[in-house]
Amino acid sequence: MYQWRPLLLTAQNRFDVSSVDVTLQQEVSFHFGYVEVASSARIFNETPINPRRCLHILTKIIYLLNQGEHFGTTEATEAFFAMTRLFQSNDVSCHLLIKSVLTGAGHLHLCVLTKDMTGKEDVYRGPAIRALCRITDTTMLQAIERYMKQAIVDKVPSVSSSALVSSLHMVKMSYDVVKRWVNEAQEAASSDNIMVQYHALGLLYHLRKNDRLAVTKMLNKFTKSGLKSPFAYCMLIRIASKLLDETEGGHDSPLFDFIESCLRNKNEMVVYEAASAIVHMPNCTARELAPAVSVLQLFCSSPKAALRYAAVRTLNKVAMKHPSAVTACNLDLENLITDSNRSIATLAITTLLKTGSESSVDRLMKQISSFVSEISDEFKVVVVQAISALCQKYPRKHSVMMNFLSNMLRDDGGFEYKRAIVDCIISIIEENPESKETGLAHLCEFIEDCEHTVLATKILHLLGKEGPRTPQPSKYIRFIFNRVVLESEAVRAAAVSALAKFGAQNDDLLPSVLVLMQRCMMDSDDEVRDRATFYMNVLQQKQKALNAAYIFNGLSVSIPGLEKSLHQYTLEPSEKPFDMKSVPLATTPITEPKTEIAPVATSKLPEKLARSRQDIYQEQLAAIPEFQSLGPLFKSSEPVQLTEAETEYVVRCVKHTFARHMVFQFDCTNTLNDQLLQKVVVQMEPSEAYEVIHYIPAPSLPYSQPGSCYSLVRLPDDDPTAVSCTFSCTMKYLVRDCDPNTGEPDDDGYDDEYVLEDLEVTVADHIQKILKPNFGAAWDEVGDEFEKEETFALASVRTLDEAVGNIISFLGMQPCERSDKVPENKNSHVLFLAGVFRGGHDVLVRARLALADGVTMQVTVRSSEETVVDVILASVG
Amino acid sequence: MEPSLYTVKAVLILDNDGDRLYAKYYDDTYPTVKEQKAFEKNIFNKTHRTDSEIALLEGLTVVYKSNIDLFFYVIGSSHENELMLMAVLNCLFDSLSQMLRKNVERRALLENMEGLFLAVDEIVDGGVILESDPQQVVHRVALRGDDVPLTEQTVTQVLQSAKEQIKWSLLR
Repeated sequence: MYQWRPLLLTAQNRFDVSSVDVTLQQEVSFHFGYVEVASSARIFNETPINPRRCLHILTKIIYLLNQGEHFGTTEATEAFFAMTRLFQSNDVSCHLLIKSVLTGAGHLHLCVLTKDMTGKEDVYRGPAIRALCRITDTTMLQAIERYMKQAIVDKVPSVSSSALVSSLHMVKMSYDVVKRWVNEAQEAASSDNIMVQYHALGLLYHLRKNDRLAVTKMLNKFTKSGLKSPFAYCMLIRIASKLLDETEGGHDSPLFDFIESCLRNKNEMVVYEAASAIVHMPNCTARELAPAVSVLQLFCSSPKAALRYAAVRTLNKVAMKHPSAVTACNLDLENLITDSNRSIATLAITTLLKTGSESSVDRLMKQISSFVSEISDEFKVVVVQAISALCQKYPRKHSVMMNFLSNMLRDDGGFEYKRAIVDCIISIIEENPESKETGLAHLCEFIEDCEHTVLATKILHLLGKEGPRTPQPSKYIRFIFNRVVLESEAVRAAAVSALAKFGAQNDDLLPSVLVLMQRCMMDSDDEVRDRATFYMNVLQQKQKALNAAYIFNGLSVSIPGLEKSLHQYTLEPSEKPFDMKSVPLATTPITEPKTEIAPVATSKLPEKLARSRQDIYQEQLAAIPEFQSLGPLFKSSEPVQLTEAETEYVVRCVKHTFARHMVFQFDCTNTLNDQLLQKVVVQMEPSEAYEVIHYIPAPSLPYSQPGSCYSLVRLPDDDPTAVSCTFSCTMKYLVRDCDPNTGEPDDDGYDDEYVLEDLEVTVADHIQKILKPNFGAAWDEVGDEFEKEETFALASVRTLDEAVGNIISFLGMQPCERSDKVPENKNSHVLFLAGVFRGGHDVLVRARLALADGVTMQVTVRSSEETVVDVILASVG
Repeated sequence: MEPSLYTVKAVLILDNDGDRLYAKYYDDTYPTVKEQKAFEKNIFNKTHRTDSEIALLEGLTVVYKSNIDLFFYVIGSSHENELMLMAVLNCLFDSLSQMLRKNVERRALLENMEGLFLAVDEIVDGGVILESDPQQVVHRVALRGDDVPLTEQTVTQVLQSAKEQIKWSLLR
């Protein structure tokens, strides 16, 4: 009796332990509570035992578990012991019920199960195996290994399937044991039964998936011999496409041919799987897509909703990358617009929006609005994304879109949905200046009744940025001040900031803004009061420079960096005031190209604020004693490759700029498994007056484990204009040969060196990007004290776009006011760039470009420091 | 996406009030009963009015079917082959339809709960599709018929069981 105790305890833990809802729903035939069940478990103790009654009780227990009912310790113990008595009964059916369904609840009697496993009655053997494997652990597995091997090759399909699937479950637990059953699984794979084939293939793949060669062999074998089971075909297609993806196999490989041949399979499931595999392959050409698209087109007119859904969803994916490939299906998609399944209709419309012409947009939009209220939020987001893409494609349609979006904004919907709409409207405003006023008006209306703080603050921020520059700024003030009166603290604070921007930009509004500020200073919340007082005082000075520095363009430092510096400052009290310039600058977030998000679990991604790359580097470098005296890290460049990708050693370099020094971080990887490198140093020969003062070697570089070595370089003090320099680099190290398998190195080694590509330091390495939201104000703030202007002719450049791109990447500065986008069909353009030069001097560049034969460029540079202006002009010329 | 046999994330049967009659979750997408019930509620609200058979909810593909006062759902990841999920759903429905002699409704199902438990266990095991042929499923479940032939019972046993049955019918 006692040896059951520990087993039981684990068994009970598997009961769902969450809700204890004793008041059960009043079921017709399940009108009882679990207390009742537990007490009625007494009938298990009757002699002779009545299996049928027991069965009834067991069914009820399972039902209760299934309802999320929690079983108390005593009850479970009692029920469990009662159940064990059932094994003495001769009625096998009871065993099976217990085993098959109570698997989660019992460590059952091994020998009883093994008895059933090998018993005469075939139908019991399958479930017995599954139950047994569910409760077994690694040590017990050894004992049943023999039975399992037999069961896998059993001639009865259900037994074989059960054994294979159970083995698959156990791979996670004891890979090594299950691995020994490969031969049996191989034999089962040639079974006639379709499910056995499928399960055997699945198990074989799981056992071999880390061995690419074995997977290839297996694929070859099965693709040649052909399979019966559609499920197994689907699995094969998935394995084949994974392998194609990994090996980057060309589309002329036999695997691709196999997938394509599956498009002609009899079974729809296989055909669809093959089509979807082809569609999901990266870099597929239109010609390769064509057969897949045409079978999907056939599916579009299927009577089965699931098939139509699958087809149109896949076509939607194709349309994201190859809209032209889907155009052939436009007619079929049009028919699906009125499909009774709203999911299908939505997908059809969004696909059409991507592939259709400008003229069909109005009609489609009308169609969507007729049922947008009936579809789920996920699909609404899909619709919004489609509209957003459409706006970029056909900017002239923005008024239709804007109307539609504002209607959607008024409907009910979750946060994700609303955010998608707001983002879409904002992007339209940014793309089309003429839609600005209507867009802002819609957003104003939205924040009047918006329960999402994040969205409200975002919109207020946008109003503050864009509102003051519209022809009639006064009309937004009312909306903003309403927020101050009605909303929560965070929104009120955002509203105050927005108000201040109106006051700073528009002199005629200033008196009224000041009055409103005065009211805000009586707010109940600290933050709101503080902001109001601060802005009030700044505004009263009526100085453009102050406005620019403190209202339009806020701090541009990295927040974690500021926190750290302030903490450091408070630890070492000194007479010196805190210097803002000692704080590392915030790196402007690199705007990634918008990836198309399929409606997949978007809500589940945790929104974590990742630390910027620079903060991580800062910490890494600060840990090295030699670099501690260098001050704050000013800028870290993107990694530069110094070797080809496929060489013995892979080296890339990150350039870290400090106020007077540069640190070069070489990330080296040793790709030779028979070598161990030690004391790795990259020797640098500068071409200019740069001076290498220190090398920090990477102590040891084993196979495939990246390591870093550093070089510290002093920038020339006497000539501040020497910003560019070329270094020739050589990697020097001590090689010790080692055994590729064990990694055990020989005792002695020899010195060797490896020549790397040259490393360039350019002016961009000395300038950090910062974004000035209001460039005009910043331009005035810096003033024209050190302004210089020069004109250049860029003969080799043919278009304005190209010129803008070149200038930005050359200077490494941040384009402001969206001036990096050149409007179409224009012959001139003005580019605004902002940055901070090493040492903390603001630099602003205005480049007027004119397109004639080549591009003529007039560059105006302003900075708080004269040398900086010279440096920039010198490097441009 | 890693090729895998784990296809089904959950099998649900709800009644026409959206209450759970049967629910089996095969992975940890919804670990607690509270989350499960919330998910079921959401599913039911989105599907009970329309008789279309497929939807995308909370990033999962849901195929479903309703009959009289029962709603059957099979749930898989959004990358899953929809037709595979459909095969599971059809197999479940057809098996039950045979077992309940075409009488697929709530009351009949509640009276044959053990049949349902066994059938689902035969169709899906731990998320892997075990069988897709309803004939096979019915065959495997039916052979374990819970009716022990009367001849094997003693007279006292028969009396006993009759007595119990009366007792239970009173308890209901």
